[in-house]
This record gives sequence, C-alpha cells and structure tokens, in this order.
Amino acid sequence: MTSSNVIELKNVHYRYDRDYVLTNINLTVPKGAFLGIVGPNGSGKSTMLKIILGLLKPRQGTVILFGEPQAKFRDRERIGYVSQKANAFNTGFPATVYEVVASGLTKKAGLFKMIGRKRKPQIEKAIKAVGMEDFMNRNIGELSGGQQQRVFIARAIVSEPDVLILDEPTVGVDSKNVQTFYDMLERLNKQLSITLLLVTHDIGTITSKVTHVACLNNSIHFHGSTKDFEQVKDNELSQFYGHEVHRLHHDHGHHHHTEEGTSL
Amino acid sequence: MIQAIFQYQFLQNAFLTGLIIGVIAPLLGAFIVVRRLSLIADALSHVTLSGIAASLFLSKSFAAFNGLNPLWLGMGFSVTGSLFIERLRSVYKHYQELAIPIILSGGIGVGVIFISLADGFNTDLFSYLFGSVSAVSRSDLWLILGIAVTVISIVILLYKELFLLSFDEEFGKASGLSTRILHLVFMVMVALVIAASMRIVGILLVSSLMTLPVAAAMRIARGFKQTIFFSILFGELAVIVGLFSAFYLDLAPGGTIVISSILLLLFAIGLKNWQSVRN
Repeated sequence: MTSSNVIELKNVHYRYDRDYVLTNINLTVPKGAFLGIVGPNGSGKSTMLKIILGLLKPRQGTVILFGEPQAKFRDRERIGYVSQKANAFNTGFPATVYEVVASGLTKKAGLFKMIGRKRKPQIEKAIKAVGMEDFMNRNIGELSGGQQQRVFIARAIVSEPDVLILDEPTVGVDSKNVQTFYDMLERLNKQLSITLLLVTHDIGTITSKVTHVACLNNSIHFHGSTKDFEQVKDNELSQFYGHEVHRLHHDHGHHHHTEEGTSL
Repeated sequence: MIQAIFQYQFLQNAFLTGLIIGVIAPLLGAFIVVRRLSLIADALSHVTLSGIAASLFLSKSFAAFNGLNPLWLGMGFSVTGSLFIERLRSVYKHYQELAIPIILSGGIGVGVIFISLADGFNTDLFSYLFGSVSAVSRSDLWLILGIAVTVISIVILLYKELFLLSFDEEFGKASGLSTRILHLVFMVMVALVIAASMRIVGILLVSSLMTLPVAAAMRIARGFKQTIFFSILFGELAVIVGLFSAFYLDLAPGGTIVISSILLLLFAIGLKNWQSVRN
C-alpha cells in the first residue's frame, strides 16, 4: 500500500453469471498519471470501471482507493466519473449546460442544501476548463455529441476530484474533433493535475497522449508506461486483439487503425 | 363567479383546491415526464379509484365508516399501489412497463367490484371520476393543502437529488446517491398528488394535469427550472380557465381543464413553430 497510488486493484476477479469477465486483475494508477486502458469490446473494461466505482463488488480480490480499502473509503467525491454517453442520457432532457454541470455538486453540497449563487464561480470555472463557456445557457440536447461529452466532463470535474474516470468518452464525438478532445484531456491532466483513467477500444490516438497503458482482455496483458508500450510489437498486439492492429507511432490520430481494422 | 366565490363556501373550496393542485401536479409532472413515467401516473390514478370505491362502499354498508373522507382510502391505495409498481418493476427487470397494465387493470378491477357492491354509480362516484366544482369540502381542502405543503417542501429540499435522479441515474449512483430510496420517496409523492388532484380534475384525467402543462412548457423553456416554472404557469392557467368555464357552462371541470391544457399545448407548439419560421 503506497499513498502515491490513486487506485490499486489486487487480484480482482469478477463474473456476472457463469463465466469470468475479469480474471486476476492487478492494476495500479499512480498519482498524476494519464492511464489509457485499451481492449476490444466485451473485454471487461466497463465492468472493471464499475468495480473501481463501487457499483459492482469483486468476487475475489481487493480494490484500494487512495490507500484505503474500498469498503472503508468514504471520499467518493474525490473520484469523478464520465460514463458512456450513448446509453446514460436522454437527449431531450430540458436542462441547460449550467444546470447539468451544477448537478455534479449534488453530493458535495450535502443533503437538503441548495446549489446556490455561492457556487457559481466554481461551476463557471469547470465549464471554462472544457471550453464550453459560450454555451452555458443552451439546452444540452441542442449540442453536438462532442460538446455534450465536454459538458459531462465539466460536471465530473466541478467537484474538484483528484481522479477522473472516463468510459469510452469519444463514442459519439466525430472523428475530426477527437484530437482536440484528447488535447483538452491532456490539459486537464497537466494543468489541473487531475489523474485520468480512460477506457477505450481506440488504441491509436491515445498512445500519443497517455503516460501509461494497460491492455485488458478479461485479464491484463500489458501494464506499463507508454514508452514501454511502444516497444511491444504490433503482431503481439494483434494476437491480443484477435485480429490485425497497426499503430502509427507518435502519430496524430488521423490514419491509425482501430480494432475493427477501419480507419477513423 | 368572482362574486359567487365570496358568497359560496363550496366555490371557495373548489377554487382554492384548484389553485393548489395547479402547482403541485405540474411540479411533480415535470419530473414524471422527463423520467418517462407518465403512464405510471395513469396507472396509479386507477388504483386511487379502487380506494375511493372501497371507501364509498364501506361508508354505505357500515355506519362506523359513515363520516370517512374517501380521500384517505384513495391516498392509502395509491401509495400502496406505487410501492407495488416498484416491486413489480424489479420482478420483471426486462419488461418494466408490464407493471403498468398489471397495476392499472388491478386498480380498475378492484374498483369495479366495490362499485357493484355499493350498488353502482351515483353522483358521488361521478364527481370522483370527472371532478367537480361543487363536491370539494373544507376538510378536502385542508387535506390537500397538507399534501401540497409536504410535497413542495420535499421537492425544494431534495431538488438537486431529484434532478440528478431524473437526468442521469447512473451518475447519481456513482456519486453515492441512494437512488432507490429517493425513487421511493418520489413515487409516494406522486401517489399523494394524484389523490389530491382527483377531487378537481377527476381520477380519469389526473395524469393529464401532470403531463400536458409540462409538454407545453418543454416546447418553450430553456433549462429544467424554467420548465418547472412554465409547467406551473400553464397548469394554473388551465385550472382557472377550466374551473370558470365548468361553472358557467355547468360541465364537469375535469373535461374543461383538460381541454384548456390542450389548447395551451397547441399554443406553445404554434409559438415555437412561428419562432423558428421567423428566424
């Protein structure tokens, strides 16, 4: 147990029904890291996030958050979470960007308390951090997928968490905005020193941004720094994915191949 | 009617009750609509009917229940019904909407049995089905006022939690919100508001006062607080116009209030279309 690790999973196993989706997961997220977890669909990525967030209990193994075992961990607001937008949200919901971001303070404000004017600067700061200040009073449904995702990130960081967990944040973001989206994440990581944990099936773009990589396919196949990851041979990766994968090292995300072999 | 209101207590009762439910029905309605629970409100109103019918039967058959206000049993049934719906929704995880027809038909079934036992329709029952300008008693008014104070306080105190529950339940759970308890509190409030509103709009039309003003408000509002504000505004307008026309035309207010809400809804849709054409 070291306090410099924000999240630690030790020997975690999980199954929904009969078959294990996660076996023997050991994962550490050091403070200040930008960890990209890559893996094909059905590799157990979302399940692992749910375990970290405490939405699911591991069948075996332990989860340690900020040096404390999960069962004892009470500082939930230190962990921000951005879910896969597509299935979690009703786009017709009549709420403004400001209202959505303010709702990120629900837990922090405390029961029976209102989120009043006093919190306004804090909310506006989060909206500015994701570059959405011109859309503050627009209804969330009127925005593009990428803009909505920025709003959800603002909602997650408004309570000033130490770590931000993102589940496939670029689903629904059109390809030409993916790069600027990752640039924004990199800024959050470096300037606001938020530890980032990002889950994606898109292996190409993120390797130019993240500091650490973990490959997950029901168990961890690689876990280390981005530099080490670049030494891993393409054919080893392909084996891990089950089909061909090409990475363009140090590229800017325009011509790489994703797991399906299609280019973005 | 303005003069008559000062003159007759029954009109005061109806008018004040109308103004109260014009606030609470659309207030909860805003949450119901965005959570896509409109049909559940409908199902609960039919459960309330069975409670009313049971009460009418009891007071007819047993002297002990003679003075019992049917609202109490109506309320009791609808709160129980709301808890049943939750139970059923967890039993049929993949077919959650099945809870609605089960509860709805169950409610009518029990209601019909009690109605037949109490020797069929009478004016009392008619007023519960379609609302009434003349049947609201002082004790109804006090009970409904009590419900309104409770519901409005809870919504104000738990506003941000209810907003989060409606907008993004998963995020709420992840940030440590006890969504299950919150949802239960919400359903009980819905049941109470349905019981309160039925005196004026009638059981069959209760859900319309919870949904139509919200449908109109969503066309023109920016943000959720504004949606609530406009919903209440439209709800009040519909109630006032509906009660006046019911009084002058000697109609059941349920009908006139619903038609007023529909006219307001058409107005809001038209306004939005006109605005987008102009831009």
